[in-house]
Amino acid sequence: MSGTRTTDRTGVAPRTGGPGIGESVPRPDGVPKVTGSFAFSSDLWHDRMLWGGTLRSPHPSARIVSVDIGAAVTITGVHAVLLHDDVPGSKAYGLEHSDQQVLAGEVVRHEGEPVAIVAADHPETVRRALDAIVVEYEVVDPLTDPAAAETAPPIHPDGNLIRRIHLRHGDQQVVGEVQVEGTYEVGMQDQAFLGPESGMAIPVEGGGVDLYIATQWLHADRDQVAACLGLRPERVRLTLAGVGGAFGAREDLSMHVHLCMLAMHTGRPVKMVYSREESFHGHVHRHPARMWYRHHADRDGTLVRVEASLLLDGGAYASSSSAVIANATCFAAGPYRVPSADIEGVVVRTNNPPCGAMRGFGAVQTCFAHEAQMDLLAGALGMDPVELRLRNVLATGDRLVTGQAITGTAPGAEVIRTCVDHPSAASIAEDPMALPGGAGRTADPAHVVRGEALAVGFKNLMFSEGFDDYSSAACRLADGVATITCACAEVGQGFVTLVQQIAHEVLGVQEVVLEPASTETIGSAGSTSASRQTWMSGGAVQKACEEVRVRLLARVADEHGVELDGLVLVDGLVASLTGDLRVDLVSATSDPIHAEVEFRHAPTFPLDEDGQGDAHVSFAFSAHRAIVDVDVGLGLVKVVELTTSQDVGRVLNPVQVVGQLEGGAAQGVGLAVMEEVQLSDGRIRNASFTDYLVPTALDMPPVEIAALIEQPEPGAPFGAKGVGEPPSITSTAAVAAAIRAATGLALPRVPVRPSDIVFGGGAA
Amino acid sequence: MTIATSLEDACCALASHPDALVLAGGTDLMVAVNRGDLPVHHVVAIGRVPELRGWRREGDHVRLGAALTYTDLLQPDLAVLQPALAQAARSVGSPQIRNTGTLGGNVATGSPAGDTIPVLAALDAVLELRSASGTREMRLDEFVTGVKRTALEGGELIEAIRVPVLDGPQEFCKVGTRNAMVISVVSLALVVDRSGRTVRVGLGSVAASPLRATEAEAYIGGHLDWDGGRPPSAEVVDRFTELVVGATSPIDDHRGSARYRRHAVGVLAGRALARAVGAA
Amino acid sequence: MSIDPYALTVNGREHEISEGWPGESLLWVLRERLGLPGSKNACEEGECGSCSVRLDGEIVCSCLVLAASAVGQEITTVEGIAPDGTLSDVQQAFVDAGAVQCGFCTPGLVMAIDVLLDSDTDPDDLTVREAISGNLCRCTGYGRVIEAVNLAAAFRRGETDL
Repeated sequence: MSGTRTTDRTGVAPRTGGPGIGESVPRPDGVPKVTGSFAFSSDLWHDRMLWGGTLRSPHPSARIVSVDIGAAVTITGVHAVLLHDDVPGSKAYGLEHSDQQVLAGEVVRHEGEPVAIVAADHPETVRRALDAIVVEYEVVDPLTDPAAAETAPPIHPDGNLIRRIHLRHGDQQVVGEVQVEGTYEVGMQDQAFLGPESGMAIPVEGGGVDLYIATQWLHADRDQVAACLGLRPERVRLTLAGVGGAFGAREDLSMHVHLCMLAMHTGRPVKMVYSREESFHGHVHRHPARMWYRHHADRDGTLVRVEASLLLDGGAYASSSSAVIANATCFAAGPYRVPSADIEGVVVRTNNPPCGAMRGFGAVQTCFAHEAQMDLLAGALGMDPVELRLRNVLATGDRLVTGQAITGTAPGAEVIRTCVDHPSAASIAEDPMALPGGAGRTADPAHVVRGEALAVGFKNLMFSEGFDDYSSAACRLADGVATITCACAEVGQGFVTLVQQIAHEVLGVQEVVLEPASTETIGSAGSTSASRQTWMSGGAVQKACEEVRVRLLARVADEHGVELDGLVLVDGLVASLTGDLRVDLVSATSDPIHAEVEFRHAPTFPLDEDGQGDAHVSFAFSAHRAIVDVDVGLGLVKVVELTTSQDVGRVLNPVQVVGQLEGGAAQGVGLAVMEEVQLSDGRIRNASFTDYLVPTALDMPPVEIAALIEQPEPGAPFGAKGVGEPPSITSTAAVAAAIRAATGLALPRVPVRPSDIVFGGGAA
Repeated sequence: MTIATSLEDACCALASHPDALVLAGGTDLMVAVNRGDLPVHHVVAIGRVPELRGWRREGDHVRLGAALTYTDLLQPDLAVLQPALAQAARSVGSPQIRNTGTLGGNVATGSPAGDTIPVLAALDAVLELRSASGTREMRLDEFVTGVKRTALEGGELIEAIRVPVLDGPQEFCKVGTRNAMVISVVSLALVVDRSGRTVRVGLGSVAASPLRATEAEAYIGGHLDWDGGRPPSAEVVDRFTELVVGATSPIDDHRGSARYRRHAVGVLAGRALARAVGAA
Repeated sequence: MSIDPYALTVNGREHEISEGWPGESLLWVLRERLGLPGSKNACEEGECGSCSVRLDGEIVCSCLVLAASAVGQEITTVEGIAPDGTLSDVQQAFVDAGAVQCGFCTPGLVMAIDVLLDSDTDPDDLTVREAISGNLCRCTGYGRVIEAVNLAAAFRRGETDL
């Protein structure tokens, strides 16, 4: 395809060649982050600050009979103990539905639901005060089986069904010559960002509040917080505090309203930091899923029809479940041409911990299932699994199961071919440390088998289903320095670097200042999620800079009486094409030029009652090839190598792209072999980093970047697609498939547990 | 807060505050303190007591100071005498944990998942307990009385741990669902004593307190070709692993099922034996 | 119920800690009492390495050190490994290699790698991975981190500039 460029790994230079687009420009916050001077939300400090804490329900389901705070408030050093009735405004909040209690009133619906909040002079005093609050509960049998949710008594006034989508596409009578069927299961994954939830609220004289908080979307938080405080939004100012990772877990409110209530009640700044255990209770997780599939194909391997039934456990509150199930349903068939589909997606409410956004957002679960089905189908057809995928993979112009035609780039075949063609560098390990079991010295090479497999997937970029998705940005060019204002939450992804690159690219400026992200200075940037900020806020910054550029050239043309179209902006100079006029940026902008813009992607539309519609803007494809070593005797796995190709549109910053690919893959490896929030009767059994295991450097293999497929995406700034989510979608499926290849087991569930391999279990 | 600089110092402090927390490396204790599970009043820190930080060979034994860290156990001149202990020490946590966590602390915590416990059990380790009123000795299996319960009395600390220097190979292995920094799901130590013609097997995370697979030991000790050095037959290995499995009473928990633990301990037993004495 | 004042030697300077609470960890004291928040608080049970500091030269989790027990020991935090306004070789390598994303694990990793390279300027891949296996990173998948180690190691071997 013309316009395609493939960047191999050699394109990823560790040192920067220049400051513009396409260069590995170092992060502007890199130096403060390596020296420890970067202020994360947990580093906030104020002379007069108090410490906040939260009392949480020990029960997944209970009625609150009484709460006695008498003993707690008399403890020296305790400044406030607040309950449900103290919430000044709306008692509930939520991203899509305001259904989640700020503080539990009559009932608690999940373990860890906040019941009371405390402000005191020292965390130890907070702890004692929380211990001194007496809550009498009448325990209720929790609803923990999502399959029983729709017929069980409602656990919430909104009912137990959060959303059902019944997608029907094409001829519903068609049947394939070959059919394969399977049931798959994905466990609950935690985002496990390292920087715990934390923040500080400072009361403002006259009744408002300033909240410094680590979040993914300042303006959505602001609106929810203001409603709960009963304040007009402009009385609540949010400023982004340093974010220690997010991955979806900071899209919902956590301590936000609590901090503001305590600050406004005490008249003092209040800081709160969740412990790791509390963090597991304090944010939403990736939805656990049960998925039944039947694939139909012709004997030549052409997919004919996909039937699927998806059940996601939303936990106690809706969060972003409605959007997650839409994604799961729309992408259930994978990146393949499927002319006929019947896919039912259901997400329900239970008394399990609430689930919501996590990197990959519904597509992770279904990719695991559809890729297992594709391998099963290849087996049934006696066909090479790579060939089967290539025969069916989507390309530009093809239709999704939603009926939407792909108008942008869709290099599905290219990601597959480059990934499988990439030579493997994997060797056979001898040191036990490099074998399955690692430091435990369990493996004997004789019991280790190797497996290799490929997985392919895709996902929408940005918000879908008619959401008014936009970002705001401003550019002020003064004395040759560009100052950018944008409320985009930097959560580690490197937007701060991109701002420098874009401003340099458009304006030729050497110095770019990015103002702190705040609700005070500019409108919403939307969420740092859905792989959307490079496109949306990158696009907004580009548009703002371009407007400034246009005005700058117009000014110079005007001031010097030359034709506008004879002027160019090059190397910090406005010059005429004839070469006789040269005005440097500094003097040309001694009188500042300012532009503020909103940037929107092309409109999307809701799904109709058959799940049909042009609901999405753009799609990104990826493939992973995994090579694993499995100790079949003990069921332990070592992921030896991951190779990936990804559809990136255009590489804006090579090293940052690679960082996203490597980091996303690590989260995928975790879900494949170790990461699961384990529940027992609605209670989390492993709410700690001791028992919720995330990959260490000895678990994560090198990631070989086979290709970054550069086919510029129409409508995207510089043609760049978001790159954050695909790596975590296909990596899990590839690792699980490689374990299947090594062991010959069905392994229909992730994470694959040692006992699943040893006993051939894990049946969903 | 007492930072003891001598053993006597430590014992005096403990005598005047018998309810004091004894702090060695802190890798277990501080987890509880940080969680608010353990109220802190008086602390006697023993990590810097020189008498507790050293080790020496005493005839056919090694006497290990209780405050030796896991990193200390990795030093080559000690590791060559106590290879299984070194192997276990390297499997503990992370470099950070190995630099602070201590052998005595591992024993005093009394967790079934303590990584050195199966090794010490296999070695018939003897603990030297010390208080202001004197010393006493105790075997490991007498000392650890249940899950995180020990016979340590108020005012008392573990001074040293004595283990024999054995002539024969030693193997420690540990199953965890991560390749590093993981709590054991099952662990096993197998040590061969050629001069005593015994094989000893200690097991971890499969019972409430330190466990030896005594029947398996007796069986394999009687079936090894001690003089000829021929590896045991497959039948003998199978019987041995069966007896090891039979010695366990594991539970289901979030780290693994009882069924998996029984299976895995058998696998470890077979592999450890093969590494130590060869496989037919 | 505060405990008697005590002094800690951090980055070569002596600090008096008064009105401390008995159970305060070194991490807490560094962050909240001494204004040294570079050591991070991600788990407070020794399972993430974000709070790694050098205690008498060795790498430890400061969350598991009882602050008052560290009297008389030399404590080095990420704030103390390079003179103000400069970067150590490992810090520079992190910036150059793109090993920083959210940055929360970064100070702990910098400390662990500093210790590793002090004893071994040519570590092989497994040695590096074992040395940082106590430092969880959720953003990078460790790829660029290991690249940073390689850069810093080459610098210490005198093979490259930073």
